[in-house]
Amino acid sequence: MALLTIAEALREGIREEMRRDPTVFCLGEDIGVPGGFGGAFTVTLGLSEEFGHERILDTPISEIGIAGLAIGAAMTGMRPIADVQYGDFLFCMMDQLANQAAKMTYMSGGTVKVPMVMRAPVGSTRRGSQHAQSLEAFFTHIPGLKVVAPSTAYDAKGLLKSAVRDDNPVLMFEHKLLYGSKGGRSEKGALSPIGEVPDEDYTVPIGKGIIRRPGRDVTVVGKLLTVYRALGAAETLAARGIEVEVIDPRTLVPLDMELILESVRRTGRLVVVEEDNRTHGWAAEVAAQVAEEAFFYLDAPIKRVSAPDTPPPFAPPMEALYVPSEQRVIDAVLYVLGEPPDAR
Amino acid sequence: MSGTAVVETEIEPLSGEDRWSLYRQMLLIRRFEERCNALFLQGKIPSTLHLYIGQEAVAVGICAALRVDDYLTSTHRPHGHALAKGVSAGPIMAELFAKSNGCCKGKGGSMHVGGMEVGMPPAIAIVGGGAPVAAGMALSSKMRRSGQVTASFFGDGGANEGAVHEAMNMAAIWRLPVLFVCENNLYGASTPVGQTVAVENIADRAAGYGMPGVIVDGNDVLAVRDAALAAVRRARAGEGPTLLECKTYRFCGHSRSDACNYRTRDEEAAWKQRDPLLVLGAVLAAAEDPRFEEMERSVSEEIDAAVAYAEAGPDPLPEDALLHVYWEGE
Ligand SMILES: Cc1ncc(C[n+]2csc(CCOP(=O)(O)OP(=O)(O)O)c2C)c(N)n1
Ligand SMILES: [Mg+2]
Repeated sequence: MALLTIAEALREGIREEMRRDPTVFCLGEDIGVPGGFGGAFTVTLGLSEEFGHERILDTPISEIGIAGLAIGAAMTGMRPIADVQYGDFLFCMMDQLANQAAKMTYMSGGTVKVPMVMRAPVGSTRRGSQHAQSLEAFFTHIPGLKVVAPSTAYDAKGLLKSAVRDDNPVLMFEHKLLYGSKGGRSEKGALSPIGEVPDEDYTVPIGKGIIRRPGRDVTVVGKLLTVYRALGAAETLAARGIEVEVIDPRTLVPLDMELILESVRRTGRLVVVEEDNRTHGWAAEVAAQVAEEAFFYLDAPIKRVSAPDTPPPFAPPMEALYVPSEQRVIDAVLYVLGEPPDAR
Repeated sequence: MSGTAVVETEIEPLSGEDRWSLYRQMLLIRRFEERCNALFLQGKIPSTLHLYIGQEAVAVGICAALRVDDYLTSTHRPHGHALAKGVSAGPIMAELFAKSNGCCKGKGGSMHVGGMEVGMPPAIAIVGGGAPVAAGMALSSKMRRSGQVTASFFGDGGANEGAVHEAMNMAAIWRLPVLFVCENNLYGASTPVGQTVAVENIADRAAGYGMPGVIVDGNDVLAVRDAALAAVRRARAGEGPTLLECKTYRFCGHSRSDACNYRTRDEEAAWKQRDPLLVLGAVLAAAEDPRFEEMERSVSEEIDAAVAYAEAGPDPLPEDALLHVYWEGE
């Protein structure tokens, strides 16, 4: 066992997979330059020393190329782990991901596989509109991509390994405030969850969620940073006798609906928390599936807590309105319980 | 016309007065950025910063060839471009302070400063993302026969984005009035240009698009201004775009968190010998000329006023986040 941050856990996961399988390699901007950063958030720091610059491949600033080369390499026997510095730049490579990576297997009638991993940091951290978006819903909407979103060090390493070994394109979203990156790359307001990570090989299966905190009154589903907002809210509400069950799906596609439905059937109430924009979003999809599958178990309307339908703003007071707070989760839980909101 | 070439139009040299004015603009950018750095360390600026120190001659030299109504697209490193294009220091500083009197009302932050009143839309922090937009502004100028020119700034790193290539090709085939200004400061974040570009000069690529490629000493503001003016005249005459590669160096880290361990202190020292302020200063007057100190004083006052403007500005309200998603009228 070791106590690791998410950045460290990802690094160890990549290291072990690269040792295990010579076809695994990393590519991205500033990931292995000597004296450099190890990627935007230090995940690949030091790896080029062990694996050299052929397998920790520093690319030009060319996102279409990064994604496309990863796809081509994956189709022909390699297992690339590609990196964008900020999730927002996934939009630059959208054709490669949505039209190429996601469709190769389908268009080939199941004869071509694309075993690649694409890693992308999301979350609003005072950098303005183009370095802050939570883009999960754009990609969960694309058939052919798997999407994972670890919120703990244990899951980050375990899901990274599963993603590398999976024979499909897997997009891994990571939250900037959860990395625990050190030095100059540590973020203001970071939570930096440090967790126990086994030394021996293990994986976290893609498609399996987890109950982070059991409770009988209300089910709250969150992902990435909002798992922690939900846990914080649950703690506060517990002191008032309200028992919140917090579910972290860990994988967004395929989504562990069984876990969520089973919980909602017990609690009869659901709140879904996300940092994505609200309309046509991820929480909307979870709510729709629950409404379809467990409607008669519900004792209250389903409530979403999301970012408003705006680009992420820069100024901290506006950003505070944008990113769902613990208080907004508390209010939503009180709402589905039919209790008055906290006075403010 | 294609291939790497020095454009040979007769460019009349600047008067002494105008040279001093370029010096003042460069000094303003330098001292503004230094102040930003200090204010960041005091916790007054809640975001990271990409400082322009060392590259002042590029922004100032290019903008010296532009009219107020000409357009400019900028990057994640936009403070110098904004100041040179004529955005006032106060609203830029206020934006960095995340105040509602900032040039983006606190919505943008350091990477998105701009001012459409001087032809500069919010800086585009998606590397390479500005080039097609610049070509579009130039297309509009051409269609409107307005005679406006657009300067599109990007780095050596940005030169490798697909968007930049599409923009250059379209600008070339339609002879759009654009200056593609590549600020080659030898690094894209930590990555040396030699590792990301296989030709010796980024300007060499111009031949592939059928536009002139011009290489200029990016630390010599007079050389930048002369090259820019030649390209601007060409553009205004309907002869199309130019790729102008300005060889320069950033004196600071890529962003606030960068200790520059991927480059040597010797390399930095060598470039500091060619500080754009020293290069022009040597042309202007002897170092002890009192005008230098006078200028320091007036620049310092201008920045003090900018900081005071920023300090005095109100914080945006949380609900302001909901405004301006769509056009709300003048
Ligand atoms: C599309 C995109 N990819 C990556 C980044 C992250 N990033 C910001 S600045 C930068 C380096 C840019 O280098 P260069 O174009 O040479 O400009 P410089 O920083 O040297 O001024 C990178 C990789 C980004 N903002 N946008
Ligand atoms: Mg550069």
